[in-house]
Amino acid sequence: MIYLELFISFFTIGAFSFGGGYAMIPLIERELVRNQAWLTAQQFIDILAIAEITPGPVAINAATFAGYKVGGLIGGMFATLGIVVPSLLAVMTVAYLFLRFQGAPLIRSALTAIRPVVVVLIFMAAVTVGRQTILDFKSAGIAVLVLILMLRTKLNPILLLIGAGIAGVIIF
Amino acid sequence: MPAPRNPTLSTLFWSFFKVGAFTFGGGLAMLPVMQREIVDRQGWQSEQEFVDVLAIAQSSPGAIAINTAIFTGYKLLGGPGVAVAIAGVVLPSFLIITVLAATLTAAEPPPLLTEFFLGIRPAVVALILAAAIGIGKKVLVDRFNIILAAVALGVSLVSNAHPGILIVSAAIFGYLHQQLLSRGGARP
Repeated sequence: MIYLELFISFFTIGAFSFGGGYAMIPLIERELVRNQAWLTAQQFIDILAIAEITPGPVAINAATFAGYKVGGLIGGMFATLGIVVPSLLAVMTVAYLFLRFQGAPLIRSALTAIRPVVVVLIFMAAVTVGRQTILDFKSAGIAVLVLILMLRTKLNPILLLIGAGIAGVIIF
Repeated sequence: MPAPRNPTLSTLFWSFFKVGAFTFGGGLAMLPVMQREIVDRQGWQSEQEFVDVLAIAQSSPGAIAINTAIFTGYKLLGGPGVAVAIAGVVLPSFLIITVLAATLTAAEPPPLLTEFFLGIRPAVVALILAAAIGIGKKVLVDRFNIILAAVALGVSLVSNAHPGILIVSAAIFGYLHQQLLSRGGARP
């Protein structure tokens, strides 16, 4: 049954990808294009392009699109569910343990050391995305302006994103 | 920072719906929108707690936005909170992609949309950087933390070390450091 197969495929992808959406892309490609042959390589590239220009987590976008192409609306639902369930099991387990033991000295000292590393990981995400997106003076200008507005004002980031998009239409 | 207060199921849903609808580029790009919504606007979590959630979201399998939604929903409102937060973060993608998959025949997006996204992408970089600076100011306050961050930065720049590995190593290091301190303090 195609719905069950979709669920299992995306469950596997969800369970074995650490590090968020972009880390999932090679797994999704192997499973959908090579193992299952549900999509052609060209369709897969189209999905990535669509996932990039639409909002939302890349993994959900890819799952919904592939699921729809393979099994219609219900296929899309099962694929999306497949990608969410492993997260649900893993994070709920960690959340339960964390909230139960967060006062323990062991956890306290571990958390204190984790926080600076998380700051670095966020910074590195900016570096990685920046290398692919800041390619000329125009894009650098948008980035600098948005950074200043973000640090100096209380403007909503959603408004800044929309403003940057409109600026993009004007200058590019 | 507003005092912590508990959300209702519907405010939790709409907060994550916004996160899902305005996250471009996946992963940590959604972080500034989430931080503004959860920490600044609603006051559901402190900046420190938000960082803890991120650490857990990054070291668990799956998409970071989904993991953050699950943890935050669970912490604030238990099981129903989880259901509502997941629905909120997933629905915008699901609806948009389903419509696109059903209607799109050519993969080529209209030029206006392409230009719009050319403008949005550098802004996303700036938003992530602003989040790193904002959280960094709160976290990098003593020598131990600054040294840890410097080491993590060095390792990230020269190797492809996975975030989960960095986080777990830091946790072990923090524990050993604490043990060493308490032993040092017990000495006469």
